[in-house]
Amino acid sequence: MNFLVEAIAAIGSAVLKAVALIGELTLFALSGLSHMVRPPYYPRLVLRSLMEIGFFSLPVVALTALFTGMVLALQSYTGFSRFDAESAIASVVVLSITRELGPVLAGLMVSGRAGAAMAAELGTMRVTDQIDALSTLSTDPMKYLVAPRLLASIIALPILVAIADILGVMGGFLVATEKLGFSADTYLINTFSNLRVEDVVSGLIKAAVFGFIIGLMGCFNGYRSKGGAQGVGAATTSAVVASSILILAMDYALTQVLFFK
Amino acid sequence: MTQPKIRIRGLKKSFGGKTVLDGVDLDIMPGTGTVVIGGSGTGKSVLIKSILGLVTPDAGIIEIDGEDVLKAPRARAKKLRAQIGMLFQNGALFDSLPVWENVAFGLLAERKVRRSGARAKAITVLAQVGLAENVANLSPSELSGGMQKRVALARAIASEPAIMFFDEPTTGLDPIMGAVIDELIVDCVRRLGSTSIAITHDMASAQRIADQAAMLYEGRICWSGPAAGLLTSTDAVVEQFTHGRAQGPIKMALRR
Repeated sequence: MNFLVEAIAAIGSAVLKAVALIGELTLFALSGLSHMVRPPYYPRLVLRSLMEIGFFSLPVVALTALFTGMVLALQSYTGFSRFDAESAIASVVVLSITRELGPVLAGLMVSGRAGAAMAAELGTMRVTDQIDALSTLSTDPMKYLVAPRLLASIIALPILVAIADILGVMGGFLVATEKLGFSADTYLINTFSNLRVEDVVSGLIKAAVFGFIIGLMGCFNGYRSKGGAQGVGAATTSAVVASSILILAMDYALTQVLFFK
Repeated sequence: MTQPKIRIRGLKKSFGGKTVLDGVDLDIMPGTGTVVIGGSGTGKSVLIKSILGLVTPDAGIIEIDGEDVLKAPRARAKKLRAQIGMLFQNGALFDSLPVWENVAFGLLAERKVRRSGARAKAITVLAQVGLAENVANLSPSELSGGMQKRVALARAIASEPAIMFFDEPTTGLDPIMGAVIDELIVDCVRRLGSTSIAITHDMASAQRIADQAAMLYEGRICWSGPAAGLLTSTDAVVEQFTHGRAQGPIKMALRR
């Protein structure tokens, strides 16, 4: 009987902690968003974050997209050739990249690179009292640290995904024309004839949402970290794990909303 | 009768089930330097963080210039607290900014100087704490512990605050550098005519930088009086603490 009570108490405690965490995260997100639109603004910090999150993530996102497009073309060929449907490869590559793989893979890569860096930076600032110091210097840390990173993440991800889309399609094109013997003209015609504006736009919408998730989880976990180096490490891990899972979950939700109206 | 610059009554704060502050009463008179002493974990930092608004107390009154900052509207409380300059224990310098931007940070935030004039102002303040102009463009990580403390002090005094808090200002410094920092603190506080509160374990530092002293024990102020009387106090708690005796009323939580 005691065991049962203890088990229920443990479950109850875990549920209460989870609800409290969701509440805390929601308030943090709302506060961050409201600080994004209210002055004072810090354009220099937004630009710096754009460089950190966007520009410096470009190589890893570009390589990921390029190789993904190449692998996709190769795999599609080996699969579709069984059904004499090789002509569909161009459409499969471009639709997969623009609708799904571009935003999701870019999101996961940026989460691992920039999201982790955000959590580590803010976490270190927290445990070394730098965030408290901001408050004593008439500066709201949410406005100074969180809002610019959130805004930069929301702006940077769609730009990265647009570049990833182009490179992913280019990767597929290279494999199809150089290795599989497709005609360049035919491949390009097949690529663009089946591509609609909403395919690209839906990917960019996903990217903006994923950018918000990366910024939010990086800032949230870093901002509330405690306990020295170990706490900063834990915050960094939590930021990457949480944002990766949320990106995948939100990808499903957005696909449902955008394509099954 | 002169109104205290800071008046604290019945201040309480618990974390989880642990009571840290259990009804602190303290008056800080204008223009005086007060040192708060007490063992590790007795709530000294929580006390000053409560005044700064970094920690929200569970109960009590904190008045600055006669206004309760805990009940004042947010904007008013922010304005009252804006007159406080803080020197953090480890400096808490922003490592992403050069020294001069650290020093001028508060001035820029309060729009007291334009960005173009901020560097010159920062160099002037750095000179007041004995640092040369060539330090201005360095990163905080390139400085020694003593220099970092000076930069942190320069940042705290840059906006000429009416109230200054010092959290263990000499921790981690050698005795000579500790004495130099204390001298700078006394000099800055006198020059600005500020009211100051310091928390420290360092009895020599306490005597150098404060006129008044208060001892925090079991969540309350158990003794207060002139700082000069700290080492001659007959109060058993103060006597044990200031002389660093293992035996006495203060029981350390040791696991054996």
